[in-house]
Amino acid sequence: MAADRAAGAPTTLTQATGAIRGTVGESTLRPDGTLKVTGEFAYSSDLWHEDMLWGFTLRSPYAHALIRSIDTAGALALPGVHAVMTHDDLPAGTHYGLEIRDQPVLAKDRVRYHGEPVAIVAADHPETARRAAARIAVEYEELPLVVDEATATAPDAPLLHPGRRDHHASHVPHPNIVHRQPIRRGDVATARARADVVVRRDYQVGMQDQAFLGPESGLAVPAEDGGVDLYIATQWLHVDRDQLAPVLGLPADKVRLTLSGVGGAFGAREDLSMQAHACLLALRTGKPVKIVYNRYESFFGHVHRHPAKLSYEHGATRDGTLLYVQCRIVLDGGAYASSSPAVVGNAASLSIGPYVVENVDVEAIALYSNNPPCGAMRGFGAVQACFAYEAQMDAVAAELGLDPVEFRQRNAMSQGATMPTGQLVDSPAPVAELLRRVKALPMPPERAWEAAGGPVDVRALPGGLSNTTHGEGVVRGVGYAVGIKNVGFSEGFDDYSTARIRLEVIGGEPVALVHTAMAEVGQGGVTVHAQIARTELGVDRVTLHPADTRVGSAGSTSASRQTYMTGGAVKHACEAVRAEVLRRGRELFGASHPAWAEAGRLRLADGKVVTDGGEVIGDLAGILGDGAIDLEREFRHRPTEPFDLRTGQGFGHVQYSFCAHRAVVEVDTELGLVKVVELAAAQDVGKAINPLSVVGQIHGGSTQGLGLAVMEEIVVSRDGARVRNPSFTDYLIPTILDTPAMPVEVLELADDHAPYGLRGVGEAPTLSSTPAVVAAVRAATGLRLNRVPVRPEHLTGT
Amino acid sequence: MRVNMTVNGRPYEADDVWEGESLLYVLRERLGLPGSKNACEQGECGSCTVRLDGVPVCACLVAAGQAEGCEVVTVEGLADHARQRSGQVAPLAPVQQAFIDSGAVQCGFCTPGLLVAADELLERNPDPSDADIREALSGNLCRCTGYEKILDAVRLAAARTGEAV
Repeated sequence: MAADRAAGAPTTLTQATGAIRGTVGESTLRPDGTLKVTGEFAYSSDLWHEDMLWGFTLRSPYAHALIRSIDTAGALALPGVHAVMTHDDLPAGTHYGLEIRDQPVLAKDRVRYHGEPVAIVAADHPETARRAAARIAVEYEELPLVVDEATATAPDAPLLHPGRRDHHASHVPHPNIVHRQPIRRGDVATARARADVVVRRDYQVGMQDQAFLGPESGLAVPAEDGGVDLYIATQWLHVDRDQLAPVLGLPADKVRLTLSGVGGAFGAREDLSMQAHACLLALRTGKPVKIVYNRYESFFGHVHRHPAKLSYEHGATRDGTLLYVQCRIVLDGGAYASSSPAVVGNAASLSIGPYVVENVDVEAIALYSNNPPCGAMRGFGAVQACFAYEAQMDAVAAELGLDPVEFRQRNAMSQGATMPTGQLVDSPAPVAELLRRVKALPMPPERAWEAAGGPVDVRALPGGLSNTTHGEGVVRGVGYAVGIKNVGFSEGFDDYSTARIRLEVIGGEPVALVHTAMAEVGQGGVTVHAQIARTELGVDRVTLHPADTRVGSAGSTSASRQTYMTGGAVKHACEAVRAEVLRRGRELFGASHPAWAEAGRLRLADGKVVTDGGEVIGDLAGILGDGAIDLEREFRHRPTEPFDLRTGQGFGHVQYSFCAHRAVVEVDTELGLVKVVELAAAQDVGKAINPLSVVGQIHGGSTQGLGLAVMEEIVVSRDGARVRNPSFTDYLIPTILDTPAMPVEVLELADDHAPYGLRGVGEAPTLSSTPAVVAAVRAATGLRLNRVPVRPEHLTGT
Repeated sequence: MRVNMTVNGRPYEADDVWEGESLLYVLRERLGLPGSKNACEQGECGSCTVRLDGVPVCACLVAAGQAEGCEVVTVEGLADHARQRSGQVAPLAPVQQAFIDSGAVQCGFCTPGLLVAADELLERNPDPSDADIREALSGNLCRCTGYEKILDAVRLAAARTGEAV
């Protein structure tokens, strides 16, 4: 192996299906599937380079403290240590951040959360690096903590970021509030006076972790030109680069990023983790540096889902019409801004759910605190709101004596409805139909543990093989929920994606090379790109170039946007390539057939140019000859606009996505154990570009919602703001035993604004899953349950 | 220290192994076999599952020295291992092909461990019930799929293997 090349650096993926299968709408299999099942697919933690060093990060044991001194002598004296760096060693920029650059690369004189990076070490063995870090002497002086809204806004509250000058600073009511978004529409006071039923309740959502399996990791290789090559698992290569270059003091073109294998993301790779640290150590030592977090460190290495406190008041008439919703949502953003402002925008604008309500008064805020920083996680502000508004819908239905599904359907939005932001919903919104579909599915059999007629199969019971019950005290419940999620980047963001397509003849066969910077994080974007290229160019063989910063930005693999956006860019670029094929064909062969004059009647199929009547008038090999067509194009969705800071009005979102769930649970009411028996979903996806992958997204999102409902929470101590459970021993995610059968109904109602009519899929199923499961537990137990995750003690009252 | 072991039928020798290194670290960083994954290094996720003298173990919880003289099968050797068992000639083990065909692979980080665990299940129980599959794979976390397609894949592998016999 050449010393200048990292082992495991990605190579192209080529997929040929034979006879042009694998087009849009088919369940084409992944082009990286074989590599992933043989262990050959190189993830960012698998990389290796000759002469490579290992980096390690020293983190703060305190959530809020002044740093009085740092002594690195003991670490530097350890044999095998090549470099130790603190804030004082940073060569250029000292802070980074997605929207607000408020996060120190290494803490200077103050730490603001438990686990904040303070120093970094490079050594020839990971254990040496760890031991060296332990020999760095840091003197801290603890400071009072900000842990919630009361301590954040108290008269003597310490300011997390005194003197902040970001673009939200001037409109927030307190400097410890990152962003505030009200939404006002109609007249709540008048509506309240007309209401027959009013339900006012408070809710809480715990701090959820994305818990991707592939830990934060990457390899930084110093280059001869003074730049650096970073092989990295991320969600957005270009925004990483744009944050790194100022920190490294390098021009952007000397910071080259290549996507390595990514072991899941779910939002947790939107912010930088070890990227800057690895690059800094590589440039300092002149050697390649690899950093791989273990699971303990991973819990400190990325942002989490914002925990939230939500207060809701719903008013309705006796006949079941919602009159008004008033709510206040307080999200804890932790020590640094990350994507808190956008999370606030989502929480506010989606706060009442997929319902028609004329009178709305909403306030959402995110706090700065000394809790762990929170930012993006699948569902992004909409998850917290959905738990609360769906619990409210059940409570109002109960007050009215109405069936909860019927009450929802009566108030459900549909195409043509107006959001509380004033935005017209101008594409299908089949909310009532999705509910109808999940409700119509057959119910799973009762008392499955007795099904065989033989001895009790405890595996089908709450508690499972712990053998805690043979069915005594087990009660079934059924719950429903539906949610609304925005797709794409909102509020006026210039959201675009780039694709470069090269069409050429290789060995007599036309081949399309697709080059984008899209982060494939598991979702199957690579599959979809190949399908789109086949569909648009009529070729079978498609090669996918590794994602890197040598092509324009693809935007983030988040917000359910990549199939829409980078898929859209691939389609757009292919259309340009096709137009060029037809132009060249007309130039060469125009005289041979009159159809060449009417490009609109021609398409590419099976490597041929075909008329709308099915007549073949040319072939790609003949038209292209030795000349490749190589074009790069950008794709944008329609523009959005910011929400008004006072009224929240504005055309803020690109597209909406809807999913409904029915959960069936069995609860051991004596021990407080919940078994989810079935979790059925119905979702409108506009157009299923790859039905197999669509269902996989719905299954995965539903399961993460189940986790939030009954098990997942990062526990932060109130007295010290310390993370108490940074491990998979203590932070539980659903296993195959916790996860039920999940029947899925997929609707395809086209959105005319989107490529192929598609609708972003990934996030919506994460929303309604949580409230559906909790509604089912409420139905089984009769308990109010205003907090997730629901724990055994909430069910047993102990 | 020096550690000798047979991995996927080939003898390996690793020198200068620090006593605190795990079997997982030696496989990944010293023997050039990074297929076994490092998702938790706490014995909770199963992504590093390998066979150690036939027994499925979390390689992160096995000290490298414990593997001295042992036979190790990793995901890289799974196809060979299945071929030797069945006598069938195929480029992939039945579970590997079934994971691809069923859509059981998304990010794929859990896949190597799940494949080794599922292959071991089918070796001792060629016709498992759903409850058997869930029980056997309960030590392997997956964050992407919700496990439905993984169940499909194991059912498919069992069915195909049953037909081939």
